Amino acid sequence: MTVGLSIGLSKRRPQRRLYLLFALPGMALFVAFWLLPMLRLVAVGASGPTGAAAYFAVLTNHHYLMSLISTLLLSAAVTLATLLISALVGLFLQRNRFAGKALLLAMLTFPLAFPGVVVGFMVIMLAGRQGLIGVVSNWLFGDAWVFAYSLGGLFLGYLYFSIPRVILTIMAAAEKLDPALEEAARSLGANPLQVFANVVLPALAPAMISSGAICFATSVGAFGTAFTLATNIDVLPMAIYNEFTSYANFAMAAALSIVLGAITWLVLALARSWSGNAAGAAA
Amino acid sequence: MQKSFRFYFQLGFTLLVCAFLIIPIILSMLAGITDNFFIGWSSGFTARWIVQVWDSYQVTIWRSIAIALACLAVTTLAGVPLAYMLARHNGGNSRLARAIEELLMMPVAVPGLATALALIMAYGQYREFRGSLLFILVGHVLFTLPFMVRPVLAVMQTAQLPVLEEAAASLGAGPLQRFFGIVIPNVFSGILAGALMVVTLSIGEFNITWMLHTPLTMTLPVGLADSYASMRLEVGSAYTLIFFLMIIPLLIAMQWVTHTTRSRVRL
Repeated sequence: MTVGLSIGLSKRRPQRRLYLLFALPGMALFVAFWLLPMLRLVAVGASGPTGAAAYFAVLTNHHYLMSLISTLLLSAAVTLATLLISALVGLFLQRNRFAGKALLLAMLTFPLAFPGVVVGFMVIMLAGRQGLIGVVSNWLFGDAWVFAYSLGGLFLGYLYFSIPRVILTIMAAAEKLDPALEEAARSLGANPLQVFANVVLPALAPAMISSGAICFATSVGAFGTAFTLATNIDVLPMAIYNEFTSYANFAMAAALSIVLGAITWLVLALARSWSGNAAGAAA
Repeated sequence: MQKSFRFYFQLGFTLLVCAFLIIPIILSMLAGITDNFFIGWSSGFTARWIVQVWDSYQVTIWRSIAIALACLAVTTLAGVPLAYMLARHNGGNSRLARAIEELLMMPVAVPGLATALALIMAYGQYREFRGSLLFILVGHVLFTLPFMVRPVLAVMQTAQLPVLEEAAASLGAGPLQRFFGIVIPNVFSGILAGALMVVTLSIGEFNITWMLHTPLTMTLPVGLADSYASMRLEVGSAYTLIFFLMIIPLLIAMQWVTHTTRSRVRL
C-alpha cells in the first residue's frame, strides 16, 4: 500500500511552484500592506532633521530614555507578577476537581477578548474616582485611594489583561506533566517544595518563558489601556502617540515605533530560542 | 477526598484573582443601568443610558460587525490557501514556509501603533483610501491573518490529509479539485476555530484602528474610547455592556469549538 502510494507520489508530485500559487493572495496582501509600509516607516524614521541618529534618540534624549525605562520596568514587573499569580492559579485548576470549576475557569478567561480600552475602563471601575477601591478605603480608613490614572493603574490594567492568557498556557503545559515523575521524587524523599522546584518548575519553564515573553511584549507595546487612563502616563507608546498627533513630528514617531517594534520582536524571538519551539503567538 | 488546608488556601487565592477580574465587569454592567452611579443604586435603575448609546453610537456597532465579517472573508480566502502552501511546500519541510510563517506573525508581535503608522506613511496620501473603511479593514486583516492560518495549518499537519490527497490524485483529481474536494472539508474545524478568533479580534481591535480611523469610520472600540473620554461614566458603562453582550456569544462558541475539536485543534 505505502509502496504504491509513494510511487504515485513521485509520479504525480506537482511542481513546487504550484503550491507557491496558493500562497500568492495572502503574501501579496502582506507584502503590499505590511512589509513595504514598514520599510517606508524605517525610511521616514531617518528623514528627520537629525537623520538616522533619530534611531538613537531613545537613548540620547532624556525624555525618551525615561519613557523607555519606565515602559521596560513596568512591563517586567507586570510579567513577574502575572507569572507568579497565573502559575499558582493554573496549577491549582489543573490539579484539582471541585464543583463549579468550569464556571470559575470561564470567568477567569472571559477578559481574554477585551480590547485595551475596555481593560482601562475596568481599572477605572476599580481604582478610579468613583472606583471600588476608593469607596472601600474611604470607608475603612477615611481616605479614598485613587491610582487609576497613573503607572499604578497601568500596572493593574496590564495584570488584568495578561493573567487570563498566561493561566491558559500554564494549564496546557501542566496537563502534559507526568504525575509519575512527581511521585518518584516524593518516594525518594523530596518534600513538596523540592518537588515543585526540581520537577514541576523545570517542566513548566518553557511555557513560563514563552507566555512571559508574550506578556512582556504586549505590555511594552500596549496602547489602548494607557490611552483610556491618561494621555500623560509616561510610557513609550504614549510618547509615540503624542509625538505623532500633538507635535506632528512624523520622523521621530516613526523612529520610536521602529525601536519599540524591534524590542518586542527581539523579546519574542529570544524567548522562542530559549524555550524551544513552544513560544506560540500572542493568542 | 479529604481537602487539605493547602487546597483551601489555593482555592481562596484563585477566587481572589477571579474577583479581581470579574468585579469590575459586574460594576460596569450595573453602572450602565444605574440612574446615577455616584449616588449609587438607591437612585434606581434605568434603561436610558443604553437608549442614549444606541442613539448616538449605534452606527459604530454595525460598522464593526461589517468590518469583522469582511475581515473574516478576506482572511479565509487568503489564509486557507496560504496555510495549504505552508503545510505542503517541499513536502511540509520547507524553509521558505517557516520564514513566511514567521513573517505573518510580525503584525501581531510588533505593536499595532507601528503597523498603523507604517500604513499611514505609505498610503496616507491616497485620500479616498485613507478615509474609507477599506483602510481599517486592511489593518484588521494584517492583524488577524495569522489567527486564521495557524489553526488551519495545525489541522492540516495532523489530519490524514497527504494520504487522502494521494488517493484522490491517484484517481486523477487535479490540485484544485483536491484542494476543494479533500482539503477544505477536512480542515473545516480549523477554519471554524480561526473564524471565531478572527471575528472576536476584529471586533475588539483598538491599537491599529485608533490611528487609522477618521470621524466617519469610527468602530466600536474607538467609540468606546470616545465615550470614556467625553461622556458620563454611566454612558461609557452602558456602551461597554453592549460590547460584552456582543462578544459573549462569540466566546461561548469558541469554547464549544475548542471543546469538540480539542484533539485536533490548538488555538
